[in-house]
Amino acid sequence: MSTLFTNARLIDPERGETHGALLVEDGRIAGVIETGDLPQAAEVIDCRGHCLAPGIVDLGVKVSEPGERHKESFASAGRAAAAGGVTTIVTRPDTSPAIDTPETLEFVVRRAREDSPVRVLPMAALTKGRDGREMTEIGFLRDAGAVAFTDCDRVVTDTKVFSRALAYARSLDALVMAHVQEPGLSSGAVVTSGKFASLRGLPGVSPMAERMALDRDIALIEMTGARYHADQITTARALPALERAKRNGLDITAGVSVHHLTLNELDVADYRSFFKLKPPLRAEEDRQAVGEALASGLIDILCSMHTPQDEESKRLPFEEAASGAVGLETLLPASMRLVHGGVIDLPGLFRALSLNPSKRLGLETGRLAKGAPADLVWFDPDAPFVLDRATLRSKSRNTPFDGARLEGKVLGTWVAGRSVTESR
Amino acid sequence: MTFRARHLLGIEPLHPTEITELLDTADRYAELNRQGRAPRDVLAGLTQINMFFENSTRTQASFEIAGKRLGADVMNMAMQASSVKKGETLIDTALTLNAMRPDLLVVRHPNSGAVDLLAQKVNCAVLNAGDGRHEHPTQALLDGLTIRRAKGRLHRLSIAICGDIAHSRVARSNIMLLGKMENRIRLIAPPTLMPSGVAEFGVELFDDMEEGLRDVDVVMMLRLQKERMDGGFIPSEREYFHRYGLDAAKLSHARPAAIVMHPGPMNRGVEIDGTIADDINRSVIQEQVEMGVAVRMAAMDLLARNARMGRDETGVMA
Repeated sequence: MSTLFTNARLIDPERGETHGALLVEDGRIAGVIETGDLPQAAEVIDCRGHCLAPGIVDLGVKVSEPGERHKESFASAGRAAAAGGVTTIVTRPDTSPAIDTPETLEFVVRRAREDSPVRVLPMAALTKGRDGREMTEIGFLRDAGAVAFTDCDRVVTDTKVFSRALAYARSLDALVMAHVQEPGLSSGAVVTSGKFASLRGLPGVSPMAERMALDRDIALIEMTGARYHADQITTARALPALERAKRNGLDITAGVSVHHLTLNELDVADYRSFFKLKPPLRAEEDRQAVGEALASGLIDILCSMHTPQDEESKRLPFEEAASGAVGLETLLPASMRLVHGGVIDLPGLFRALSLNPSKRLGLETGRLAKGAPADLVWFDPDAPFVLDRATLRSKSRNTPFDGARLEGKVLGTWVAGRSVTESR
Repeated sequence: MTFRARHLLGIEPLHPTEITELLDTADRYAELNRQGRAPRDVLAGLTQINMFFENSTRTQASFEIAGKRLGADVMNMAMQASSVKKGETLIDTALTLNAMRPDLLVVRHPNSGAVDLLAQKVNCAVLNAGDGRHEHPTQALLDGLTIRRAKGRLHRLSIAICGDIAHSRVARSNIMLLGKMENRIRLIAPPTLMPSGVAEFGVELFDDMEEGLRDVDVVMMLRLQKERMDGGFIPSEREYFHRYGLDAAKLSHARPAAIVMHPGPMNRGVEIDGTIADDINRSVIQEQVEMGVAVRMAAMDLLARNARMGRDETGVMA
């Protein structure tokens, strides 16, 4: 089985943008043809001059199985991912119960295989029950398929527990992902401190809480040599520390959610709980600084931090409402705001969306090179639309982009050369 | 510009002329109250429900008296005791009450923004009687009226707000109102009780009481909200009283004719010396309580008029 994609803007995160055709054979990229004769193929897809890029690898997706399947299932998350050009979802273990044993991990792997049209790679908890007291069976979990270890939005406050978990993970070459918020300073806070927080009378956390947590973690990685990924760096003050740690040769990477790059604290406006995130949305200066850090490569990975919440958990007074936003379907169009705003170019964007997360997890995906898996997204970068949250495939529709004008429409998604695009 | 809003949720959205209209109306009610001639027909036939999700004897009584003086049928609901305990959400409670077709809902809630949320779900007039640390508009209006009556004006005054500003909705609403009316506002608090980013509100900040009180016309004290403290904001009550409690020595730095205000209930010996609170030449604390009823009468009167106009224009209530 072979497929030829013709007349495409090929967005190669490693080599830049070219125009041409791409041949797929047996689920892998068989060649990139920029000039000359096109080879024969069983199926030919005319990309009509639009973009073809390596499919997105979304690091940190919450699928609410087990426990809260009414919020999101592998079937619904998989459909949302396919619609959004996401070909691999890397799931979070903050389910109920947490994914902290090989048995629960096997459940996730099996459910994902049965129901999801896109690839699913699970992460597992770093400590049992995400309680921050005892480490999980990192070895067994890794053997069962866990690609990284994280307690998600819970910080392991006991530095002895965290340093041992990091050291143990290091011996297995396992990646540890951590949430960087100093928990004492941020307890009870629902927005970033400052004028807006005071105006609305909402408890706020200083942006310094992020830098403090990052500083602590950097000291622990220096001590243990662990492989470490900071889930979301969202403030300007944390960037110099990250830069120094990288310069000193520590095995550290950092991510950021698309929401923190395209929205700021003022979007909360009159207590709109769909804009309640963890960490909270930041000041405009922070948003801009973090966008520049993504463009420069200091921040490596751009993700959706997809967090489904049903209406009941959001239709509450702001302080009591649940945190998080769905993002699988809006990740690419929202990210295109950065491209249209001149912050980053398309190859740079797909380094952050596809190549870097693949590299960090040791995957072959994220490239347009010969031999790489044919995980692809075909999209029109300029097509404008107004998002209607009722059209989202996720079971939960808690998007902050409802009614937003976005540019960039996914036209097709392929996993291992097979189309996963739904006809609608 | 006159007050045409459907709800009174905060001072922030109000225009200075709307504030003046509310105060003028309240001033008239204050005089009528003193003469015992409050017009009983203004809210006759209207149903007012007081929903207090947080205990408050004083504010609830003030709203109840205001409604009754204007002839409304007033019902008090202690929300902690009712369906909230059974797990009903705020929105469901609002929809249930809405179905009973009240005309005025007076709401107090411990969460900032909760009254706004509720107002979106009902089609009667909503009065915010205090939401979390956000706003308490009738308190700021009654404070404004008290100042205007004592000082003869509500502009170009130097006004100090002192105490637990971080946790105070009274402070927020007053900063809004006094700022809109073009006064100089000074905030005096220990750094732990000063909200973040507040310097951008166009106010002056002090952590020293004597310096902050220098030559002010009005001293507005705040209650130290002990129930809101989750520990460690101040070393002790006695140190707080020593450094921030209003006594004669500290008050001597203010203008000789400066008035002293407090939203109540007072912690004597914590934020204010009892003799200052009782000094009839300085303290206007009892006048504040009196103006509270007048301001609430004015607010409910104007909201009821606005609702009537909305009905007349559309045939049904907007």
